[in-house]
Amino acid sequence: MKDLGAGTIYTETVVYSPPEAYVDDVPYQLAIVELSGGRRVTGRVDGERAHIGDRVQFAEFRNNVPFFRKTS
Amino acid sequence: MVGIGKTAFGAFPDRDLRSLAVEAGQKALENGHANTSQVEAFYLGNFAGPSFTGQNHLAPYISTAIGIKGVPATRFEAACASSGSAFFHAVSAVGAGLYDIVLVAGVEKMTSQPTPKVTEILAGAGDLCGEVRAGATFPALFAMIARRHMYQYGTTREQLAAVAVKNHQNGAKNPLAHMRKVITMEQALAGKPIAEPLTVYDCSLISDGAAAVLIMPLERASEFTDKPVRVLGIAQTSDHVALDEKDDITTLRAVKTSAEKAYKMAGVEAADIQFAEVHDCFTVAEILAIEDLGFVAKGEGGPFSLAGGTCLNGERPVNASGGLKSKGHPVGATGVGQICDVVEQIRGQAGERQVKRNTLGLAQNLGGSGATSVITILGAA
Repeated sequence: MKDLGAGTIYTETVVYSPPEAYVDDVPYQLAIVELSGGRRVTGRVDGERAHIGDRVQFAEFRNNVPFFRKTS
Repeated sequence: MVGIGKTAFGAFPDRDLRSLAVEAGQKALENGHANTSQVEAFYLGNFAGPSFTGQNHLAPYISTAIGIKGVPATRFEAACASSGSAFFHAVSAVGAGLYDIVLVAGVEKMTSQPTPKVTEILAGAGDLCGEVRAGATFPALFAMIARRHMYQYGTTREQLAAVAVKNHQNGAKNPLAHMRKVITMEQALAGKPIAEPLTVYDCSLISDGAAAVLIMPLERASEFTDKPVRVLGIAQTSDHVALDEKDDITTLRAVKTSAEKAYKMAGVEAADIQFAEVHDCFTVAEILAIEDLGFVAKGEGGPFSLAGGTCLNGERPVNASGGLKSKGHPVGATGVGQICDVVEQIRGQAGERQVKRNTLGLAQNLGGSGATSVITILGAA
């Protein structure tokens, strides 16, 4: 899987009421990240809570889901 | 439109999907003074009957139980806009001269499954290969819309909560509503978090229910009723399913395009619409709806709602029925249910919920996070 690089939080939420598949993950932060180049992807934010406009860095894919971490 | 029929919306452990749809269909026929042998086609809106109940092939399963024999019977699926879409296609077929007398129903039976399972089934209206795999639920998608709307336009939690408070006020007056309970602003703000910034009071209800309408060309209506309601304009449009593929998530583009087409067909402007039933699956969705329908400018939906502009006695009453928030949201029944509510208003039969200016109303039915939109404009014939 390729490295998605750096991006900016376009929007985000913290999910408390999960679908059946993610009952053990709550609460988790979900975000739409705008990658350099403008494409947007929906992924998770790991670690520190990120807000709209924050810079994030791609960390890894887990089960095909991109995970990001806040950098600024 | 000559007949309408609704079941109560709520949690009915003893009722199955078919019995709900049959009740609504029979009520609509009775209300329209028609019998089953006169029905030339049956259109059904249902989102996820097969997932919720296991039953498939739903349209003939229901139509034959109503007593309608031999005619085309077809199910339409467009997420939460399933029965709005069934209605759009039924009106198109009548308009094209294929049939005269058509019964359109919507139904959903949701409460037989636990909430995480319901959440997962509903998420099937999103993009399973992207946002849903990442953990998006429908509350999460609309929470992300709300966050961005707050960021771009300064919309506040109080403005969102005002939508919930108002819809519960109206729903408390609706004998068929799921949650007939008034809530305060304090309660709405202190609700259990579902997906930040949305709390349980920002979310519509998981409900069972059905609704149906009987339609025919206007020139046949006088055989059945002296109070027909006329479809003045109708349009269905589409957009991307995935939220991350939409350019600007603070605008429901399909709502704008379908509203423009429906206004044009009806020969009216947004300012002419006196009242509306809009798709408040989440409080923020009502704010987006009144903006994208052109009732207020972009970014003004929150302040207008908090100021009471959409209240029963406000400048432009929105969701006098209680909306999806209080009336309930049996997904596949919602579109036709909204149309029934607008018809009741135009007939002057809405009781304590009656709006004063009631000759031109609109119903807005939304699928997913905006991939399908159906707008119907109704008026006194």
